[in-house]
Amino acid sequence: MTAVAQAPAPVKPADPERSPAARRRRRVPYLLLFPGLAWLLIFFVAPMIYQASTSVQTGSLEKGFKVTWHFATYTDALTEYYPHFLRSVLYAGSATALCLLIGYPLAYTIAFRAGRWRNVLLVLVIAPFFTSFLIRTLAWKTILSDGGPVVSGLDTLGLLDLTSSIGLTEGHRVLATPLAVVCGLTYNFLPFMILPLYTSLERIDPRLHEASGDLYAKPLTTFRKVTFPLSMPGVVAGTLLTFIPATGDYINAELLGTTNQKMVGNVIQSQFLRVLDYPTAAALSFILMAVILVMVTLYIRKAGTEELV
Amino acid sequence: MESFETLSPPVRAAMERSLTSGRAALTRRSLVGACGAALGLGAISACGIPAATSTNSGSTEDRSDKEKVLHFSNWPLYIDVDDKDENLRPSLRAFSKQTGIKVDYTEDISDNDAFFGKIKPQLAAGQDTGRDLMVLTDWMASRLIRLGWVQKLDPANMPHAFTNLDQRFRNPAWDPGRAYSYPWAGIQTVIAYNEKATKGKKITSISQMLSESSLKGRVTMLTEMRDTVGLTLLDMGVDPAKVTEDQYDAAIARIQKSVDSKHIRKFTGNEYGQELASGDIAACVAWGGDLIQLQADSPHIKYVVPDAGYMTSTDNLLVPAKAKHKKNAERLIDHYYRPDVAAELAAYVNYVSPVRGAREELLKLDKEAANNPLILPDAAMAAKAHEFRALTAEEEKRFEQKFSKLIGA
Repeated sequence: MTAVAQAPAPVKPADPERSPAARRRRRVPYLLLFPGLAWLLIFFVAPMIYQASTSVQTGSLEKGFKVTWHFATYTDALTEYYPHFLRSVLYAGSATALCLLIGYPLAYTIAFRAGRWRNVLLVLVIAPFFTSFLIRTLAWKTILSDGGPVVSGLDTLGLLDLTSSIGLTEGHRVLATPLAVVCGLTYNFLPFMILPLYTSLERIDPRLHEASGDLYAKPLTTFRKVTFPLSMPGVVAGTLLTFIPATGDYINAELLGTTNQKMVGNVIQSQFLRVLDYPTAAALSFILMAVILVMVTLYIRKAGTEELV
Repeated sequence: MESFETLSPPVRAAMERSLTSGRAALTRRSLVGACGAALGLGAISACGIPAATSTNSGSTEDRSDKEKVLHFSNWPLYIDVDDKDENLRPSLRAFSKQTGIKVDYTEDISDNDAFFGKIKPQLAAGQDTGRDLMVLTDWMASRLIRLGWVQKLDPANMPHAFTNLDQRFRNPAWDPGRAYSYPWAGIQTVIAYNEKATKGKKITSISQMLSESSLKGRVTMLTEMRDTVGLTLLDMGVDPAKVTEDQYDAAIARIQKSVDSKHIRKFTGNEYGQELASGDIAACVAWGGDLIQLQADSPHIKYVVPDAGYMTSTDNLLVPAKAKHKKNAERLIDHYYRPDVAAELAAYVNYVSPVRGAREELLKLDKEAANNPLILPDAAMAAKAHEFRALTAEEEKRFEQKFSKLIGA
């Protein structure tokens, strides 16, 4: 190989494509792609095929499962568990909207107004990741506990009556209600919203704001016509990074919710581990993937952004 | 393209174009795509999960005599630890000292179903799990025995265990004569309540727990199907040891009613302790050993053994198939069946000791613990104990399906 490589290239100047050096150069991209492709093949394609197969199998643990192309599993799973799908989309959607509402002003401040505090604020955004996801979610149980200061505060303000009248909370408690689950999701996925927003806002040239002001645009108009459109890639990336994992999440519903707040992730977990009905679990996972794929495609078409940070 | 020679050049060109670049064109991309799809479909139909039941006895060459080690998996906080150093486990250390067997003790079981999911791939493939001894609740032990995934124990290596096992643990329906399993500890499922949260009211039965309007939204039950449904069945006057599917459905319907009316807050694993202590949970179905530990910190937590009876189950020591140190495992089981060791363990973990003679030893060690019926049930309490029936594989799946739906997923 080395001998060939060292062969003087100018011998056949007429056909540079055929020279060993060129051939080797052409092989380089494939070699560089190999780890990534192998990774995709082993950890994405193979499990997908295995799961697709599982979803059309029938059988039991004792007798084994065989492929029988039993597509009824899909319709059965959907008719049985459609409330869980609706709930997942609803909770994840609310959490994403809340994340955007909370995250945008924060990212804006860090990008344009923080000055020398910028790095400190960014570290503070990421700081919760230094503790485990599970511990952070368990901490919410203490924060939202029935007799705790948060709940009694909300109760004195009369806010709990308001939220329970629209079904967000239950009586005089927050824990084990939809509100708690949405709060948990919002909290846990907030950094995934803030960071892409921050990167796209930070790239905006401040002179554009000045130019907009010079053209007699009010600050609100500047935001509406200049800043927000330019931050769209961040908004799209942030909402996707929040919405997709939040839809499949089951920890928040498990720890902060109750029987009536279970999401589709909980169903998949329980079908897989407790009931040992692998086909239903696999079918549910595929339906969830399809639902997310369709929603994300529609969303990206609507939001119409080419560039995803 | 010879057959098209007769066609006029423009028509021929159009034909060739449609074959090479039109919508019907057989391009490299579509060919690769089609091959990919065919391969995918082939792969899908080639997959399958083989029958899990193992036909051979699961035994393998026992290296116990050559290798003085033992890999032991257990639940967290389920063994005695030294007051000063929590990595020191006195009863295990005594075992190592006597036998020269080094015990590699891991607390990696926190849920029967999750642990089953973890060891299933190896056991189904007939491989060693790397564990020689594990502790699982009886319904899971029953499933493993049914699947042929555990090894038969040799009583000759366990003289203490064979003689000291308490009579009432000797013949469970799923393992008559204890051929495969020995209890590590017994579990008692009773009703617990926080006296402060109920404003001094005693909660004495499941009926009361599910109907008392002042408890609305502050009642929890366990995610262990046999404990929750078992207590409800007893309350309805049905013996869980003989439950029929109709009776089971009736019990589920009854709990469902309380779920729908939002009377039941949720279903929990053993994480109910914190909320029971804080009063977020006013009354719940709880495990005896947890209650003793909780009462030490929160004296306002009380428990009641319902007049209708309570549920008992056991956590059992099992040697997984293909484990390499079965004899070492048997020697460890035997060690924990010596009354003095059993008393030491019971005094620390506060769960029921299955060992005959542990009472006398415990009286010497810790008088209070010895008189606590949650650790050593007295005759009156033992008379109310009930067990859930061993289920067949099909029944188990249907029962779990219904229960899963009840608890929301």
